[in-house]
Amino acid sequence: MFRLEPRASAPLLWQVATPVLAVIATMIAGGILFAALGFDPVAAIRTIFWDPLFGPAASYSRPQLLVKAGPLILIACGLALGFRAGIWNIGAEGQYIIGAICGAAVALAAYPADAFWIFPAMILAGALGGWAWGMIPAVLRNWFGASEILVSLMLVYVAQKIAAWMAFGPMKNPEGFNFPGSRNLQQYEPASNPELIAGTGLHWGVIVAGIALLVTWFVMSRHVLGFHIRTAGAAPRAARFAGVRPERLVALCLGVSGALAGLAGLFEVAGPAGQITESFGSGYGFTAIIVAFLGRLHPLGILLAGLLMALTYIGGELAQLMLQLPAATVQVFQGMLLFFLLGFDVLTRYRIRRRHA
Amino acid sequence: MTDIFRAEGLGKTYPGVRANDDISFAVAAGEIHALLGENGAGKSTLVKMIYGLVRPDEGRMIFAGHPHAPADPRAARAAGVAMVFQHFSLFDALTVAENIALGMENPPPRAELSRRIAELSQGYGLPLNPARRIATLSAGERQRVEILRCLLQNPRLLIMDEPTSVLTPQEAEILFATLRQLAERGTAILYISHKLEEIRSHCDRATILRHGKVVGTVDPRAHSAPELAAMMVGAEMRVIDRSGRNPGAMVLAVAGLSTPAGRSEGVALKDVALRLHAGEILGIGGVAGNGQEELLSALSGEIATAPGTVMLESADLSALPPEARRRAGLLSAPEDRLGHAAVPEFSLTENTLLTAGSRQNLIRRGLIDHAAARNFAQSVIRAFDVRTPGPGTAAGALSGGNLQKFVIGREVLGNPRVLVVNQPTWGVDAGAAAAIRQALLDLAAQGAGVIVISQDLDELLELSDRFCALNEGRLSAPRPTEGLSVAEIGLMLGGAHGMEVAHVPA
Repeated sequence: MFRLEPRASAPLLWQVATPVLAVIATMIAGGILFAALGFDPVAAIRTIFWDPLFGPAASYSRPQLLVKAGPLILIACGLALGFRAGIWNIGAEGQYIIGAICGAAVALAAYPADAFWIFPAMILAGALGGWAWGMIPAVLRNWFGASEILVSLMLVYVAQKIAAWMAFGPMKNPEGFNFPGSRNLQQYEPASNPELIAGTGLHWGVIVAGIALLVTWFVMSRHVLGFHIRTAGAAPRAARFAGVRPERLVALCLGVSGALAGLAGLFEVAGPAGQITESFGSGYGFTAIIVAFLGRLHPLGILLAGLLMALTYIGGELAQLMLQLPAATVQVFQGMLLFFLLGFDVLTRYRIRRRHA
Repeated sequence: MTDIFRAEGLGKTYPGVRANDDISFAVAAGEIHALLGENGAGKSTLVKMIYGLVRPDEGRMIFAGHPHAPADPRAARAAGVAMVFQHFSLFDALTVAENIALGMENPPPRAELSRRIAELSQGYGLPLNPARRIATLSAGERQRVEILRCLLQNPRLLIMDEPTSVLTPQEAEILFATLRQLAERGTAILYISHKLEEIRSHCDRATILRHGKVVGTVDPRAHSAPELAAMMVGAEMRVIDRSGRNPGAMVLAVAGLSTPAGRSEGVALKDVALRLHAGEILGIGGVAGNGQEELLSALSGEIATAPGTVMLESADLSALPPEARRRAGLLSAPEDRLGHAAVPEFSLTENTLLTAGSRQNLIRRGLIDHAAARNFAQSVIRAFDVRTPGPGTAAGALSGGNLQKFVIGREVLGNPRVLVVNQPTWGVDAGAAAAIRQALLDLAAQGAGVIVISQDLDELLELSDRFCALNEGRLSAPRPTEGLSVAEIGLMLGGAHGMEVAHVPA
């Protein structure tokens, strides 16, 4: 028999190795799954992980990598702050939707004006909307001790309903032949978030995601705020002793992660998505949770994990198109990835010993 | 006397540590056998092997004439080994009888069990009402529950891990009377403690461990406490130097300090008042759980209190958060090293940032100076002889004594006006404890005011100029330590809790 023995400290090697192992295990388990469904496992894995970057249609799919990775990384940066502090914002998806609605509202109110301030005002509104949606669980936790996990998660469904209401009601395009959905902001230049360099997928959201990565890295490694966040997560009483006010940290972490998710939503609605629709939320807020953990809550890890998850999105779509793989493939893949990561994580904290009889 | 237990060449290696090395010793039936050693000397590993929590890598054990290799504590209990841990594992919301029933393999019917508990507790002079809830019991009474739980198994070897650390002197006497009675009936008792006087007056033999090896088995009555300590640490103990102290101006005045009743099991402070002078050590005794943590939190700033309740040299700190109080010169070191005074997962360097950020200029305008923090950690390690590979080591990897030296050293080097420490040498080996006490004395000699909150009366008598007791959140009036007897102190502490015979239903 085998048994687990706690390690004195988590070796760096395992901390780096487990995400890689998780990816490999996901590929193997995914391959078995595809084989069981009657698909060629090798072809399916290649379609998902290889073809988007180097396949025959790579020139179409490669820019998508940044388009998808941008919002994932932006949201994951904010989530990582809170997760490090033991504050669990599970509702980034809702903050993402509300941010998009608030940003779009500014644009639609200004339409058809042409002014330089419109896009900056949209960014501000998007961040504020996400922040406000994130502050709801923060306030409820600080005042009534409500679980931020449940409140933030349930607010996702509220946000989705609001998005549907907006698409069918207040924000419906008056020139849209009564189809649900707002005006397309891509066609309203002062409010649009275009591809900045053709063929790269680079838009303002990607740039902001890059800035967020740098700022997160700086705060977590150099600033006393990052130290306080890590202390609160590792030993709440020690944090209090050091002078951390837990309520402030809750408000800060939920507020910042909400604002970043709101920004991601805004850049999405002004760019790749173009409009508020009934189904505006596309799961980025949930996938970003996987990105944050897969990246070990570390900025560099989040960058790599964000790109990888973006790849599974693109590759999954490609596999649907080319191999007629079911649409749920991507979600199954992402779920397996988190599952394997948490499973392999045991290896960083324990070593496996053979039990001698 | 016949040996009931014998260890032969026991060895255990953990990653990076040789915890036990060729341990051989024997415990005779009917004796109280002390196991003596510094923290990290291998005592816990050794008793864990006897109790089946850890398996030895080498060597063998013989218990009652049979090879003893328990796979788990259940097997050890079945063989006749029982253990009372330092930290109790009792459910507060359940009664004494319910708690004991929970720990039994096949609990008898409740009425039968209650009768047996009452019988045993009376027989051993451990008054205890089986129907009382644990939450209403004192620490001493809780320990009785743990002991009774063991006695119900009729153990032939009873292991006790630092049992008197939570007891008042009177309660400790009751415990020893019980242990003596048990020994007379043939039970062997393996008694782990740091308290040398206790071992000298109550134990028949003592096995001394150092660095995982047996130094020797001696008759503790034939040796003085310093001799025993020297065997433990392998060198002559430093003699505490109390000279060169003369109280100066008042530095800290606490008046009318009350805290709201705790949310859970905490005890509220009730109208606490004290005055502390420069160059003075004020000792605050009392059994833990009587408001000690709350007092430290109210002084450190973790709990804000009413205006005017905490005054440092005429500045009102009552409303200030911890960091501002540290800047003003009021420093503190809480009792719990792992998770309160230090973060176990963090390196020693990072742990300096918890409290020394502003005083040592390690954090400037929010930015952390990692090099300065490392240097400061290094100077704490040097000045306080903290045994560790270096400042990059995780705090949790240090032994209790070494981490405590680091925690106290971090505050002492912060050059405080007032330093408040809670249980500064709890669970710390004799060598480290002496070093910590000397550091506190030196700090006072340099003109700082020091408050030592401790359960260890010897320590308080050794260190403090004035002594007061904290009992159920109330602080007694201070008395000069000079000429105070242990009996008087016991009365100040509220006497033994629950000494009156409990009313046990027939």
